[in-house]
Amino acid sequence: MSEVKIMLGNEAIARGAFEAGVKVSAAYPGTPSTEISENIVNYPEIYAEWSPNEKVAMEVAIGASISGVRAMASMKHVGVNVASDPLYTISYSGVNGGLVLVAADDPGLYSSQNEQDTRCVARAAMVPVLEPSDSQEAKDFMKYAFDLSEKYDTPIILRTTTRLSHSQGPVTLEERCEPVDAVYERNPAKFVMMPGNAKLRHVYVEQRLKDMAADACEMPINKVEMNDTKIGFITSGIAYQYVKEACPNASVLKLGLVHPLPRKLIEDFASKVETLYIFEELEPVFEEQIKSWGIKCIGKEIFTVQGEYSANMIRKAILKEEVELKPAAQVPARPPILCPGCPHRSVYSVLNKLKIHAAGDIGCYTLGAVAPLSVVDTTVCMGASISTLHGMEKAKGKDYIKNWVAVIGDSTFMHTGINSLMNMVYNQGTGTVMILDNSTTGMTGHQDHAATGKTLMGEEVPAINIFHLCKSLGIKNVVEVNAFDIVELERIVKEEVAKDEVSVIITKSPCVLLKGNKFTTKCVPVPEKCVKCGMCLKPGCPALTKNADGTISIDQTMCNGCGLCKNLCKLGAIETVEV
Amino acid sequence: MANNTKNIMIVGVGGQGTLLTSRILGGITVEAGYDVKLSEVHGMAQRGGSVVTFVRYGEKVAEPIVEEGQADLLIAFEMLEAKRYAHFLKKDGVLVVNEQRIDPITVVTGAATYPEGIVEELEKEYSVLKINAMDEALKLGNSKVFNIIVLGMAAKHMDFSKEDWLKVIEKTVPPKTVEMNKKAFLLGFEGAY
Repeated sequence: MSEVKIMLGNEAIARGAFEAGVKVSAAYPGTPSTEISENIVNYPEIYAEWSPNEKVAMEVAIGASISGVRAMASMKHVGVNVASDPLYTISYSGVNGGLVLVAADDPGLYSSQNEQDTRCVARAAMVPVLEPSDSQEAKDFMKYAFDLSEKYDTPIILRTTTRLSHSQGPVTLEERCEPVDAVYERNPAKFVMMPGNAKLRHVYVEQRLKDMAADACEMPINKVEMNDTKIGFITSGIAYQYVKEACPNASVLKLGLVHPLPRKLIEDFASKVETLYIFEELEPVFEEQIKSWGIKCIGKEIFTVQGEYSANMIRKAILKEEVELKPAAQVPARPPILCPGCPHRSVYSVLNKLKIHAAGDIGCYTLGAVAPLSVVDTTVCMGASISTLHGMEKAKGKDYIKNWVAVIGDSTFMHTGINSLMNMVYNQGTGTVMILDNSTTGMTGHQDHAATGKTLMGEEVPAINIFHLCKSLGIKNVVEVNAFDIVELERIVKEEVAKDEVSVIITKSPCVLLKGNKFTTKCVPVPEKCVKCGMCLKPGCPALTKNADGTISIDQTMCNGCGLCKNLCKLGAIETVEV
Repeated sequence: MANNTKNIMIVGVGGQGTLLTSRILGGITVEAGYDVKLSEVHGMAQRGGSVVTFVRYGEKVAEPIVEEGQADLLIAFEMLEAKRYAHFLKKDGVLVVNEQRIDPITVVTGAATYPEGIVEELEKEYSVLKINAMDEALKLGNSKVFNIIVLGMAAKHMDFSKEDWLKVIEKTVPPKTVEMNKKAFLLGFEGAY
């Protein structure tokens, strides 16, 4: 009997890639997609890498496909924006070996800056999309995606969502197939997308989508489950599970291919049910197309375009069931915060003291926007900190940004921050850029990048030196400082922001959660010296609490002994002890 | 389909080990031959925030989340989180709560107050089992295994054998920590709490 294993959606996607015979995988980490690559690396048959950003990852996969092997790139939904330039054009070229882009959407914004729907991007790029509903399908659809890619000469997007990627369910394992590499033959009409060639490919792409839409009516991944015909649902992905939970007896058209849509199949299904509901998370992608065909259906009139769906939503909106619920208790919110011992907290405590505003970026350090640190004023997308600061300067002049810095992490700097820094140098900016170098991609759970000296597959490689990289751009003022040396850091920040030149301050202190980075001390209060001034509490370390009498307690199981609170106390009322 | 499905939630503060605990729970249900779905939280939400994971098992499980009013068992690693999610419990649901207080940043900054008497209040409405697992874990010499002690206590309310639990723990936790985790589990499972 074949082995059944309980797998995370992302783990199943990786398994699907393995079984499909994928040879090359490239990615940039991003929740909820990260574990795909972290699992792919367990299959030695696949070359797997962290690329510096999603555009590069997509292009690496494209190159591998052109050479004739099955290849993939994976990323979160906003990563698809970064990769969209190659994506829109490889859609025209098509593939040689099968090519799949796994895009992980985040309805409910668990860990993202927006809630965009990849299906909209796919429609614009004219790329077909598959959407699985559980871990088993995640694996199966991945294999099917490669077959479709080669059959229709197109890249395929496999769309997942946070709930699918981060849910576990049983998966039946199968053997890896080893497809013969496609033969590479020079074919400029297909792979050199200059105007004359691309014009012809556009005709092909339109026809390809029409053919697929027609064939989709017969595809096994588009499934009709006829039951009670009073209510019919058209749904896909995780939303299908909510339908099955709330209305196990309703008729369902479950779409596995969510772009292009199987019009005939939908028309046929619609004609058989009394009331047709379209149950899709995020944008009304199915609904608008289906309504445009003159089919009566109900969708976003009763279901939201925001956040995740649930079975209770159906029970309330369609079944009109009075779901008897106790009200949620009113309790203080618990938003995410920087960890005890996080070097970012130390940096922000200095910036907060100096009343400096920060143009922020994407990473754990985005949390510097919330009280009590309240330093980060803007966050847009990966790499935007440096360029938005530059834009402010060009709008308002160099004196306007004397109390501003850009803050960006090491991984984000390598992702796209470097481009913005080149621009600042080239266009005579004078901004101060702080690279919060914690030697890892922290937020997504510690992935390596070009400046850490290690690859996804675990090889030791020369680390790109961020200090020298900045120097090589011609920047005179590049300083490295320990994030926890708040006295020195304060002096440097004051000095650099005052200069009428580009400055880069690299705060070098590894992430407190990074393996092998163990603090050997703990902080303990000395109550008899405490004057209850609250200085130590200012940076908001979660290990510290204020006692009823105004003195403080330090939770010894949480404290990582970074010493920030001790350094802030001028009276010696906090000591560090060796452990 | 939903009727014979068991719904379990594990709630706590990011970093308290809800993921590991839910994986052990998932493992034991598979061991027993059930269909199972687990849902977890990764990424930013984990950073010291309020985290919740769901475990559902039965003959055939569709959705991976537990909705309000449907939990048979709520395992809370922190008191405020117990209060936050208690309304997910069914009328006859059981709450297992670790009597640890971790102030959220909103309390640390003085923007909110940590409610007093949480457990006493919850006891009036729900069937509650409580333990100060952190104290117990420190007695074992490893503060990190407090979550497994709480799991051991919760395990008394599930129909799996001690041997199966220990087998799954051995398969799930890092090899170096197997003995410590087994000890912690048994402390919760066999202790007089």
